[in-house]
Amino acid sequence: MSTYWNDKNSPMNPISAPDFIPMEQMRELQLYRLQGVVKHCYDNVELFRTRLDEKGLKPEDIKVLDDIAKLPFSVKTDLRNHYPYGLFASSLKDIVRLHASSGTTGKPIVVGYTDEDMKVWTNVMVRSLAACGVSSEDIVQNAYGYGLFTGGLGVHCGAEALGATVIPISGGNTSKQIMLLKDFCSTVITVTPSYFLHVIEVASEMGISIKDLPLRVGIFGAEPWTFEMRERIEKEAGIKAYDIYGLSEIIGPGVGVECSAQNGLHIFEDHFYPEIIDPDTGEVLPDGSEGELVLTTLTKQAIPMIRYRTRDITTIMTEKCDCGRTIRRIKKISTRSDDMLIIRGVNVFPSQIEAALLAVEGTLPHYMIYLTTEHDMDAVEVKVEINSAQFGDTVSAIEKLKAAITNSIKSIVGVSVKVTLVEPKTIERSQGKAKRVIDQRNK
Amino acid sequence: MKMNQLSLFIENKPEHLDRICADLKKYGINIITLSLADTKDFGILRLIVDDWEKAKVSLESEGHIVNVTEVLAVEASHEAGGLSGVLDVIAGTGINIEYMYAFPGNPTTHTAALVFRFDDPEKALALLKEAGLSGVDSVSLFENK
Repeated sequence: MSTYWNDKNSPMNPISAPDFIPMEQMRELQLYRLQGVVKHCYDNVELFRTRLDEKGLKPEDIKVLDDIAKLPFSVKTDLRNHYPYGLFASSLKDIVRLHASSGTTGKPIVVGYTDEDMKVWTNVMVRSLAACGVSSEDIVQNAYGYGLFTGGLGVHCGAEALGATVIPISGGNTSKQIMLLKDFCSTVITVTPSYFLHVIEVASEMGISIKDLPLRVGIFGAEPWTFEMRERIEKEAGIKAYDIYGLSEIIGPGVGVECSAQNGLHIFEDHFYPEIIDPDTGEVLPDGSEGELVLTTLTKQAIPMIRYRTRDITTIMTEKCDCGRTIRRIKKISTRSDDMLIIRGVNVFPSQIEAALLAVEGTLPHYMIYLTTEHDMDAVEVKVEINSAQFGDTVSAIEKLKAAITNSIKSIVGVSVKVTLVEPKTIERSQGKAKRVIDQRNK
Repeated sequence: MKMNQLSLFIENKPEHLDRICADLKKYGINIITLSLADTKDFGILRLIVDDWEKAKVSLESEGHIVNVTEVLAVEASHEAGGLSGVLDVIAGTGINIEYMYAFPGNPTTHTAALVFRFDDPEKALALLKEAGLSGVDSVSLFENK
């Protein structure tokens, strides 16, 4: 039995206490921990030591929190280049868990956890779930993939430690997901937003409305999703949809999460120190400015990351949150600089196309973006599934719909695309992270 | 005069029409008449079948999206000027034909039947009735049984 406080709305829940501590106290804790992790890295990670030496820096040079800006950045390729254990700061004897990212190109990225790291991960996951109003009374259907991916086991450990009832169903197997939602009376689902859309769709074909089930909360992450998508999900499933943020390089899910205010994601900054930088110059930008999120793991032992460039574009929000948490928030991330497409010289994010699509009445969020080269120019085709609600019996009705989607994309995204309507259920449904872009342009 | 028509969205690609027809065959549904509107990318298949309710349920169970539209089926004499006579009734009223197609003619009764989708079906129905035109109310007349 869990001993954690059961009142899901109480800021007095002891596990969530660090979310509410005074800011000065937090800064003091962060400095103390930053000094510790920099020394730990300098002593144990050759790459970091070399980089610091090149700059003529010593761990003792970190005297105030702002001194973090003196430290070198780390990037994803550092992990690739030192595959598998080159960046580990603890001996393998002390490492109790390994995870790896699905490397679509080349080698995967390997991360390790000491026993202490596992406690931190569990702690931030418990605080994440608590922030979404989940308590020991909830039944959590965990539809993130179990395995090397951090999503499944990360959520699992947190939900169990919170004292909730965990259903470790993993991703996929849609009709079973629906059966368990119904029969096990799941109150919370943790899943990628694109897969949950598929679950809603299949349920409705089976004559089941998710709205009528006990499900009340969805915690969605592992891929960027838009506000428009949230509206759809909340309306169609009759649940509250919260965004959770994390990346395996930092710890996995539980780096940040939305709260009842659903206005930005609180970063658990007692463990992960956030900065926003200009992605071109690397210069630190003041809170409130938009730029690339950089995170430093303040307590991680096995594979600490100093100033890790996430490639995620967001803003640190400065206003006090309605929920009372003092830890800072970042704006919901709908763009990753990695996902950015340059189409005929215009920067385009797939999420903008999604938002433009959902802005048209009655459209479904099932789409695929195809990029090709035609006459030495970028050509874009967006395939969109047609649904029964919008399908008229005349050519003009369908042409009108097509024109509405084309215009919406043109005005929101700023590029002209060819919209092709396709038959229902012909676009592949994701069981995990959605693939939205097929780039076949000549390189 | 009112009749239920099924319409289906199909991509303009080889074998897409056949997929629908194969499913109709599977459930033993006979097509009485049809029209296929085509554009470069897609088409709309409109069907009048012997049992539209069964056809709708069957096609949906196979994953097709089926819309039901009420159309007007009007009888016309199978001779020169037959269609013109029907069209004269609505000429000058501002009613527009969104689309139309025909049933096979009946050589024994010397009649043909036409399927209309008007932009104002109620007004069109009233006018056609007033003009004394007879409608087709049952597809069974056209079944080869």
